[in-house]
Amino acid sequence: MTRTLGLVGTIALATALCGGAVQAQTIKIGVNEPLTGAFAASGTYVVNGAKIAADEINAKGGILGKKIELVIEDNKSNPTEAAAVAEKLITSDKVPVLMGAWGSSLTLAVMPKLMEYETPMVVETSSSGKITTTGNPFIFRISPPSAVEAAAFKGIVDKLAPKKVDFLVINNDWGRGTAEDFSKMMKEKGITIGLVETMDQGAQDMSAQLSKIKGSDSETVIVTTAVDQLTLIFKQAAALGLKKRIITTGGSQNPDQIIAQAGAAANGTMHLTTFLPWFPDKTPNPEATNYFITEWKKRGFEFAGCTESFRGYDGIRTAAAAIEKAGKAEPAAIKAALWDINIKGLNGNIVFRKSGPEGKESGQSQPNVYLIEINDGKVEMKTL
Amino acid sequence: MSEFLQHLINMLVLGGTYALLGIGLTLIFGIMNVVNFTHGVLYTFGAYIMFIVVQQLGLNFFLALPVAVLAGWLLGAAIELTLLRPLRGSDIDTTMLVMIGAWIAMQSGTLWIWGGVAKSVATPFPEAPLVLGSVSVSWLRLFVLAAAAMLILVTYLLINKTSLGRAMRATFQDHDTASLMGVNVDMIYTSTFAIGSSLAAAAGALLGPVYVIFPQMGDLAAVKAFAIVILGGLGNITGAVIGGFILALAEELGAGYVSSGYRDAMGFLIIIAVLIFRPTGLFARAERVG
Repeated sequence: MTRTLGLVGTIALATALCGGAVQAQTIKIGVNEPLTGAFAASGTYVVNGAKIAADEINAKGGILGKKIELVIEDNKSNPTEAAAVAEKLITSDKVPVLMGAWGSSLTLAVMPKLMEYETPMVVETSSSGKITTTGNPFIFRISPPSAVEAAAFKGIVDKLAPKKVDFLVINNDWGRGTAEDFSKMMKEKGITIGLVETMDQGAQDMSAQLSKIKGSDSETVIVTTAVDQLTLIFKQAAALGLKKRIITTGGSQNPDQIIAQAGAAANGTMHLTTFLPWFPDKTPNPEATNYFITEWKKRGFEFAGCTESFRGYDGIRTAAAAIEKAGKAEPAAIKAALWDINIKGLNGNIVFRKSGPEGKESGQSQPNVYLIEINDGKVEMKTL
Repeated sequence: MSEFLQHLINMLVLGGTYALLGIGLTLIFGIMNVVNFTHGVLYTFGAYIMFIVVQQLGLNFFLALPVAVLAGWLLGAAIELTLLRPLRGSDIDTTMLVMIGAWIAMQSGTLWIWGGVAKSVATPFPEAPLVLGSVSVSWLRLFVLAAAAMLILVTYLLINKTSLGRAMRATFQDHDTASLMGVNVDMIYTSTFAIGSSLAAAAGALLGPVYVIFPQMGDLAAVKAFAIVILGGLGNITGAVIGGFILALAEELGAGYVSSGYRDAMGFLIIIAVLIFRPTGLFARAERVG
């Protein structure tokens, strides 16, 4: 009995020592993404993009002489899980910086944990305005908030000249925030806002909402949700004979996946996106874009994922740049360094500007926004 | 008015599949007194069988449907033989826990095999919808409605017109007496669970191509199936069919005229009302207790 205990003790000690040794050799970055549930497709793409960045950095020798290690956790598309996973990453894995958490509601759920443990997070996808305006100094966002999207959309609104616009948005902070920001912008332009319909994030049948929109006298519908639900909406809109101009926002459309899954139903739809993998030469950083796309294809991933995965790539490069600038893998130093970085992202330079109440500002970078249109199963660029 | 008609058409199409989901679950509960938490996973399973047969093997869409039904039948029989038979006679809580375990294990299994990214299945139906005046409906959904109606009819005939069905009904009323009358109760239990499972798989196989296929697709479906079963009265097949259409109507009109944000809550509001005013379900027969 004593011998067994002794043996167990030795093993435990050895494991602890090994664990300690491994920890000292790598710098951990926590990744909090939805790998299952309603946003599984998007979260998986982002994580795959993050892995490309980590491998690229490690191939060049890592940062501060150490390799970076991504600690990836699944937040199950569920805000409660997202907060729990953040806590686990910070307290148990001891990551000094996080990237996450894809959806606005997921990110908002994580934010109090960042305050509690004073750990910074790079927000790669979420677009609700609330994230950078509520006074959380641990938030550094590289994706555009919906107000920036709405501002970018202003130019095209004059050309499309809609008179009345309906909304169909996902019933969470992202969808409702978008409806609010876009309505505000369009009302200023004298456009009438008609219906604002919502759908549950897991809903598969939107026929009722679409039937209602079909019955309204608007000619344009703004749709905000992720790719899986968009596919269903296009198919169901076609089945209902809904013949209105559909414009999607949020940059989580993965147009190629829509073309593959919704077929002809996707023709004529327009999408506000934050990356142009179809036209690398038109992106702000063609060289990096080409490298990323080549690497993505080399790994056998579907091209459709590029419009999401680039965020994981940029997010990890942002975190790594901050760690390098900080000179040490500690939360407070990384947080301070995030304000000083200036890296070439795939969609413009990543430089954080202050946003939110004074004294506890969040960081917000200003990425580009583009409008594309699907025609005959192909992606075309619309000039803004 | 045309919007209202469109909502009614949507309700018919949706109600048919809800009914199909409900009868599989109510059958198993009524006859076996088992709360089948694997119902949603069997639904998902049926959808993935469609994906394998149509997309991965490249075989005919219409051939894939009976394959999915058969696969659901076999998986259901396997669950009954390995998990439920050894637990026969144990209390309902134990069985429930085992079924919850099976649900989680099977759902994780689908996630492990196919990953979390949604899949879609190509169908032979034209993309242009059938337009009738101001309303339109997709051919695929009409086919789904027809197939669901046929499956419901077959189940009804099976229960009410065959000797297997008579034995099932006898077991439902009193399994001890049925056993004394020479009914092979073990066989009845296995068949019942297999039939209920094949109906869930059929619903998944029919709806998978309409929507998209992913490991958690069965969760919402199962919750709705439970709602329908409670609405119609436990073990009541006709009640489940009507319950399916009532739920679809409540969702359509709720989303269309009240608020779309509460669409999926409509069903539960009805359940709460039913549980308060008619706790045995809207169509429950008087049941002998003890």
